Order: sequence, then structure tokens, then C-alpha cells
Amino acid sequence: MAAFLEVNNLVKSFGSNTVVKGVNFAFDKGEFISLLGPSGCGKTTILRMIAGFENPTSGSIKVDGQDITGLKPNQRQLGMVFQAYALFPNLNVGDNIGFGLKIAGMPADERRARVDEMLKLIGLPGFEKRYPYEMSGGQQQRVALARAIAPRPRMLLLDEPLSALDAKIRVSLREEIRAIQLDLGITTVFVTHDQEEALSISDRIVVMNAGNIDQLGAPHEIYNKPATRFVATFVGHLNTIEATVLDAAAKTVSIDGQTATVPALPTTANNGSAVSLTLRPEVLAVGAREGSDITLTGTIADVTFLGSVIRLRVQLGQNVVSLDTFNDQRTAPPARGEPVTISLASKDLLVL
Amino acid sequence: MKTNKFWPWLIFILGAAYFIIPLLATFIFSLRMRRDALSFDAYVSVFSDPKFFATFGYSLVVGVFTIIVGVLVVVPAVYFVRLRMPWLKPIMEFTTLLPLMIPALVLVYGYIRLYGSSSLIPFTGSVLGTDILLTCAYVMLALPYMYRAVDNGMRTIDIGTLTEAAQIAGANQVQIIGQIILPNILVAILSGAFLTFAIVIGEFTIASLLARPAFGPYLVGIGTNRAYEPAALAIISFVITWGAMGMINVLGRFAPRTSARNT
Repeated sequence: MAAFLEVNNLVKSFGSNTVVKGVNFAFDKGEFISLLGPSGCGKTTILRMIAGFENPTSGSIKVDGQDITGLKPNQRQLGMVFQAYALFPNLNVGDNIGFGLKIAGMPADERRARVDEMLKLIGLPGFEKRYPYEMSGGQQQRVALARAIAPRPRMLLLDEPLSALDAKIRVSLREEIRAIQLDLGITTVFVTHDQEEALSISDRIVVMNAGNIDQLGAPHEIYNKPATRFVATFVGHLNTIEATVLDAAAKTVSIDGQTATVPALPTTANNGSAVSLTLRPEVLAVGAREGSDITLTGTIADVTFLGSVIRLRVQLGQNVVSLDTFNDQRTAPPARGEPVTISLASKDLLVL
Repeated sequence: MKTNKFWPWLIFILGAAYFIIPLLATFIFSLRMRRDALSFDAYVSVFSDPKFFATFGYSLVVGVFTIIVGVLVVVPAVYFVRLRMPWLKPIMEFTTLLPLMIPALVLVYGYIRLYGSSSLIPFTGSVLGTDILLTCAYVMLALPYMYRAVDNGMRTIDIGTLTEAAQIAGANQVQIIGQIILPNILVAILSGAFLTFAIVIGEFTIASLLARPAFGPYLVGIGTNRAYEPAALAIISFVITWGAMGMINVLGRFAPRTSARNT
């Protein structure tokens, strides 16, 4: 099956500054794709090129087999939600949602029916006569979503739509967006710098770094098997442990005097050379755990109580690692300065 | 904290007196047409002069056309400069201030030389042509006010994002300006329109030198050979101008509120 959204060798330069450096990806119809990365990585520029607001310096964009690179934004049949809502202040909710339908020449009665349908979909029935300034940020953004999908676009583009909202609404709205997207089966490209947002609602994530794609994959692949150190540090928390290579061919290393076999070693690693191993906080456990083959002893340097989870920072010789344990209401959290034994499985060690 | 309000009030009263006393004196003088009694005879005389209505009507029509042409020129110009060519803004600011620096007399002599009946574009060769030229001159004269009113209006809305939101919904440039930008800056446009109207109604130099029957030359003409009617006309002009300014304030309350004010 041919890809629904295809981006080929996409390059964008502003003067001498190249912000998108030959990006390629292809996605299927109905997928929820997140472009994730820090500010200035080129993710918004890619979205704006898909929308038609920026012209690529080179490369092409295809939607449903049609090359849309040279089309104007109003010819692309796409829907978009902006960070700043961008509702038309002079129009009420009903007219905002029906704007695209009116432009397309849909008769008034059909338009009204579609607006009602959209208001039900976003959970705001009866709001059609309200003006944007009479609504909260979350409500405005839901109306913006309804306006974007009302004309049945081929694809939905979301440009950091949750960034301007407070934390609680952000979580509930992202769940709503995902539910509506699954309900309609609409291919969606979502731009965010929030890794939690991207991991929670995407089918696949494109992790961008300095104009390039560092990794493209399903959320669990991105998190569990980061392709680069950048991906590993940007997506989730990462611990680093310094080790010494014992036998490069056998992939054995010495960690704090204990021998461990790691899944891979850099090609440059020689016997006796230092190597940085990385691991996620959740693969570490306090005390012994089944399947763990390495035990390390250290001192608790810091305790952060996060409600259901307690995050510990443990000093292991020169290394400091973080690990999470569940809060047990029957026992007090560990105290700073206490000695602690932690265990891990050598297969969970990442070499980046 | 108790503050001494004596000096602010004194300055306010002095300032108000500076403006109000001459106006009051003019108004009282305009009521003195009948010997030993106050009456509105001067106003009756003004309103019974057919020339009053003819010249006022002429200036009204020219004023309306000036506003229409001004809006058609200024709104798209400000929109595209703000959206696509922000680097042009300082040049635009300077250009729109030129009508305040160049005296109307210089402007009209330039027009007559450039568009006189013996020139390549003989605007002054016909009545309609001269009317068009007068309208164009007034558009230029009102440019500093119309430009600033429209520019301030566009500053209050995020025209870049609104344009993109309308574009992605399928709208073209004409639909965006007509259905989104214009309604959102309508109050600003009306402010510019009333200022333009106030300028056109009282303008003398250009209308007089182009020999058009406008309200400004009529006011001056009356002043040279009547005693009480000019005072009555001055009060009428004030009422019209203040009426226009008052409308700006009234309409300002109906400005569409942007989402930015809510967050």
C-alpha cells in the first residue's frame, strides 16, 4: 500500500541558515504522527511546509499520491489547529466552525447540521452563539479543532495545540483529540516539544534534532531503544554509568568491580578503555530483583516524593543515578544518606 | 493617602476655559442677530441659504468617496506590509506623514501643473475630472489619520495567524480581507473615516484653488460679507466635527474582543 503522507528530501533554508536538512518520511492513512523535538529543531517548519505556509527550498510533499508541494494552502484540503487558537474574533462559535464550509459553498441548512454535529463531537452542544472571548482556553481550542475537521480535510495538522493550556486541561484535551482522531480515522500530524504528550497519543513519533530526524518509530521503540544519545536524553530520563571494557569481543565490561555482559559496545571500544553505559530509571530496583545480575552499593543522595512514585538519587562511586520506586504507605520513604543496594539486568544497559 | 487636588483642577479649568470661552463667545455672538434679544435668526438664515445645503452636500459626497478610496488603498496596503513586507513599515510611516509636512497650497499647485488642462492627464479639463482630483487630494490629506487608525486596528489582532487559519480553511486573499480582517478592524476604520470626514468638511485651500463648490470655501465666503452667520456656521462646524469624534468613542465600545484579551 502506498503511503498517505510522503515527505521526500525536504530542505528549508532561511538565508544561510538551513533549518530542515533533507528530511524523509512516509506514513499510512489514519496514523497519528508526532514531530517531537526541542525549539529550533525544524519540526514546526516541516508542519508549515506541509500546510503550505512555507515553501520548501527543495524536496517534495505528497498527500494521498498527489504532489502538493506547489499548491497554495487553500488548495490543499487540510485542517489545522494553531497554538494560539486563532478563532476569528468577529464570528461566533457556529460561524467559526462553519467558516470553511461556507467558503466551500455548502448550503446554509447543511452547514448548520454539520456545525451541530461538530459541536456534539467536541462536547460543546448549544455553544454556537457564543463568541470566542466568552470561552475558556480549552473550549476555544476545542472549537478550533471542530473548525479544522468540519470540512472533512484529508489530513489534520496540529501545531502545539496544547501548549497554551494549563496542565490538567492539557491532559484531558489530548485524550479527547486522540479519541476524535481514532473515531474519524483522520491522518494527523502533531507538533510538540513535550515528550510525554508525544508518547501518550502517537502511533509513531519522529524525533527531530537540528533539522534532521534522529529516530522514527513507535513510542515504545523510541523510549526503549533510543537510536542516539540525543533521543535517549530528550525522551525520558537517562542515567549514565562509567564502566571499563574487559573484553570488547565478548562485550564484557566492569562496573564497580562487577562483570557484566552488555548487548552492544561501540566499534571504537578496546579492552581497558572507558565506556559510558546508560539506563532508564525504571530498570533499576532497590534491593534484589528477579532477572537482575548486577548489584551495586551506594548512598542515597536525594529523595523526591512525587505521590505514587518516589524518585531516589543514588551516589555510586563517581556516578549518580536516579531510580523510581512505588510509594508504599506502610513504610516511610528512604532517608538521605542511608546506604542502599540497587540491582539491574545487564541486558537493560544501553551503549550510545 | 490624601492628595492635594487644587493644582490639577486649576490647570484643568484654565485649559478648559482656553477652549470653551471663545466657543461660548462665538455661540452668544451668533444669537445676537436680532437687536436687544437672543435668537436663532443667524441659524435660520444659514439654513435658509440653498448654498449651505448645496456645498455641504457636495462636501459630504466628496467625503464619502474619499473614505471609500482611502479604505480601499490603506487597508490592503497596511495588511500586506504587516504580513509580508514588515521591512517596508518605516518607509510607509514616513510616507504617510508627508501630507502633514507639505502645505496644501504646494500640493494643489503641484496637482494643477501635473494634471492641468494642457497636461498629458488633464484632470482639471472637466468637472468630473476635477472632482476626482479633489477626492484624490483629500485621500492624500487624510492619509496620516487613516493609516494610523487602520494600523492600530491591525495591531490589536494577530493578522498572521488569522490569515493562515482562514487560508487553510480554503479562503483566498479577497475572502480573508473581506470576511476576517475588515470586520475585525471595522471600528478602527470608522475612526479613520470620521477623522477623514472632519478634514474634508472644513478643507478650504484645495477646494478653493480647484474652484469646486465645497463647504470650506462657502464658510470663508460667508465670513467675508456677513456678521452673525459666520459665527453660527462656526458653531455648526464644531457640532459636526464633535459629532464625528463622538461617534468614534461610541463605536469603540463595539470593538470585537480578541481571544488575547481573555487569556
